[in-house]
Amino acid sequence: MSKKKNVAQRLAIIEDMTIYNAATQKQALVEALAACDELELDLSTVGEIDTAGFQLLVLVKREAARLGKQAHIVAHSPAVSEVVDFFNMAAHFGDPILVPAQEAR
Amino acid sequence: MDEITSVFVTESREQLEAMEAALLQLEDNPDDADILGAVFRAAHTIKGGAGVIECGFLVAFTHVVESALDKLRNGEITANADLIALLLACSDHMGHLIGVLESGTAAPGGDLQTDGDALLARLQRDWLSADAVGAAAAPAPKAEPVLSSGGGAVETDCWHISLRFGPDVLKNGMDPLSFLRYLTTLGRIERIETLADAMPAAEEMDPEACYLGFEISFSSDADKAAIERVFDFVRDECALYILPPRSRLADYMQLMAALPEDSMRLGEILVRVGALTQAELDEGLRTQSAGTEPDAAGEPHPAAPLGEILVEQHVVQPELVEAAVVKQKQVSDKKAADARLIRIQADKLDRLIDLVGELVIAGASVNLLASRAGQADLTEATSIVSRLVESIRDSALQLRMVQIGETFGRFNRVVRDVSKELGKDIELVITGGETELDKSVVEKIGDPLMHLVRNAIDHGIEPPEVRAARGKPPRGRLALNAFHDSGSIVIEIVDDGGGLNRDKITRKAVERGLIASGQSLSDNEIYGLIFEPGFSTADRVSNLSGRGVGMDVVKRNIQSLRGRVEVSSTEGEGTRFSIRLPLTLAIIDGFLVGAGAASYVIPLDTVVECMELQAVTTERNYLNLRGEVLPFIRLRNLFEIDGERPRRENVVVVRAAGQKAGIVVDQLLGEFQTVIKPLGHLFRNLRGIGGSTILGSGEVALILDVQALAQLAAKGEETSLSHNQTGRNSLAN
Repeated sequence: MSKKKNVAQRLAIIEDMTIYNAATQKQALVEALAACDELELDLSTVGEIDTAGFQLLVLVKREAARLGKQAHIVAHSPAVSEVVDFFNMAAHFGDPILVPAQEAR
Repeated sequence: MDEITSVFVTESREQLEAMEAALLQLEDNPDDADILGAVFRAAHTIKGGAGVIECGFLVAFTHVVESALDKLRNGEITANADLIALLLACSDHMGHLIGVLESGTAAPGGDLQTDGDALLARLQRDWLSADAVGAAAAPAPKAEPVLSSGGGAVETDCWHISLRFGPDVLKNGMDPLSFLRYLTTLGRIERIETLADAMPAAEEMDPEACYLGFEISFSSDADKAAIERVFDFVRDECALYILPPRSRLADYMQLMAALPEDSMRLGEILVRVGALTQAELDEGLRTQSAGTEPDAAGEPHPAAPLGEILVEQHVVQPELVEAAVVKQKQVSDKKAADARLIRIQADKLDRLIDLVGELVIAGASVNLLASRAGQADLTEATSIVSRLVESIRDSALQLRMVQIGETFGRFNRVVRDVSKELGKDIELVITGGETELDKSVVEKIGDPLMHLVRNAIDHGIEPPEVRAARGKPPRGRLALNAFHDSGSIVIEIVDDGGGLNRDKITRKAVERGLIASGQSLSDNEIYGLIFEPGFSTADRVSNLSGRGVGMDVVKRNIQSLRGRVEVSSTEGEGTRFSIRLPLTLAIIDGFLVGAGAASYVIPLDTVVECMELQAVTTERNYLNLRGEVLPFIRLRNLFEIDGERPRRENVVVVRAAGQKAGIVVDQLLGEFQTVIKPLGHLFRNLRGIGGSTILGSGEVALILDVQALAQLAAKGEETSLSHNQTGRNSLAN
């Protein structure tokens, strides 16, 4: 992660966002957010997400709002968008969710 | 398969067993509420667990079964043989479905699906259709005297569910997401609002704690108890409030007071979820703030037990609350019972036993060195160590001991099904179910037992007409019994059927050339013939048995467990099979003896006494043991050990399966803990040797198979004395 400020930083989470990884991922997310003004989260390869992982997304969004920064999810994996949808938080998060063409019906 | 799934599979199989057992009991006592409750609980637990792990097909199937059981429990339908047979078939099908889950397949295959559908269709048609929708009784608030006060009913016709998960839910391996997904099997989540207000700022936030709460608008036909049951597993760890459709506005106000968030925010959420309209909310807040001013200050109410309030206000039928309380108690009882048991992987246990085995060997070597060194302190220290090792060994083996009752219990179903199929009426009597034996033995004894039981039902016990004609009670009796006897376990299968036909067996044996005609044989020898490969006296072959395959397999299986099987029979009165097995396969207490340069181990629990061999006058291989004739066998002769016999030889008197025999050895070397190492394939057919072990000195010692030796000794004497009736009779016991 570079220390340069004022530039959108992109953080890609590759592992499953489950409770097993929650502690390390929280650390990573909080640090990433502290290091920049605008954080872009790439979740396109997250294979699995549970409530713990979802909570982290809520947390990072809320922290960003509190610090006057931006945090966007720029890419959702199917699992992530499904969970965000299920919890009815898509509107609250306000990130564009790209629906792959073959799934849109 | 992940861990939760595998735990679920194991537990569900246990539940299924319990369910099957209870169903069988139910057959005899169709009105027993306790038994019914047991069946229902088992089905319900399986459904609940399946929901948690998101196994949709199992939930769907079990749900219908549960509905039928629910009706049964409520007395809407009564159990008869048909229904129980159907429910048994359903429980089998659930077993198959669990198998599907275990194999990691996403959905049951075509055949299985068809079977399941057929079962469900039967349930629906015959038992559930009586009053239409099977799934659930009408929604709760219908006829009870709801006192309408503080505003009319609100407009929505959805259930409203408020959920606040406790912080430890995630740590305990439960994911709120799973519960909500499972909720969707009962109906449709119209709208859900996620509340993360409880989550602290980033620094204090524990990523493994759960801070979420949900307000859910839920449309479903299910009743309140059914919705509550969804959250059974997290019941102690979450705040759950369920408002039925068309609840009073005041109830919503009550709810808002009970929840931790402040009323205004909650009010907005309830409007968003669609539980209340804005107008309703305004009215509610107005009345509330008029009544209880402090609330508006945002001071959260202490979470009042909503159940009580609801009952006070006649919103919920008291029995509903009572049922919930009983259920909670049951859940906590079960948790308490679970806490005393630890589930452990069998291979971890095996590894422990292996290590203990190595420890025993190493300990023996230390002992040997210590006694050679002749230092008193060292000897004392090692003797303490060996005592401890002995205790560790015993406790480790104890860990693997399981009761045989569970294995026996399975035969209830077998006996029921098979006897029905054959049109026989047979009662299964189980005794000694608490007898313990090694897990690995239990696992392997199932098949041979099954075979013997089926044989007894098919060939042993006669059809009722025949029994009546023979003056016996029409109901046949099959008994399974187990008990401990000098270091082994004896399992008996006793039937009161026709018994073995001695003449018929002899005739068949002669036909097949197994014995020469005119050869005179003892009863035991003749009955032993039924264990010969391909031997069958059945006049007709049924699909169960009679093909002549099997009894030899039974015998081989039992022998591979270092056990033996015996049969005794009285024609017209019944047959008794007794299987004698060692308690454990891994470690034994041995008695070390020497013959020539080599050492041999005799299992200590077969040793009766030792004595010096008196000068033998004849070349006969028997001696006079306090007036008793004792056949003996010389290890030197048996293993063809060359060399001079020592001046004094010793006899170890052993007893195995009721037979006494003497083993003549050079030296007695004392007790010795032995880890049994199996012999290689090459030595599989060796008679008289049960295994090998490693001595402290690193030498290999052979473990003698006392049963075989005792037989050999008796047989040797019998053949050489076949003309001598007195000798023979005393040996043939």
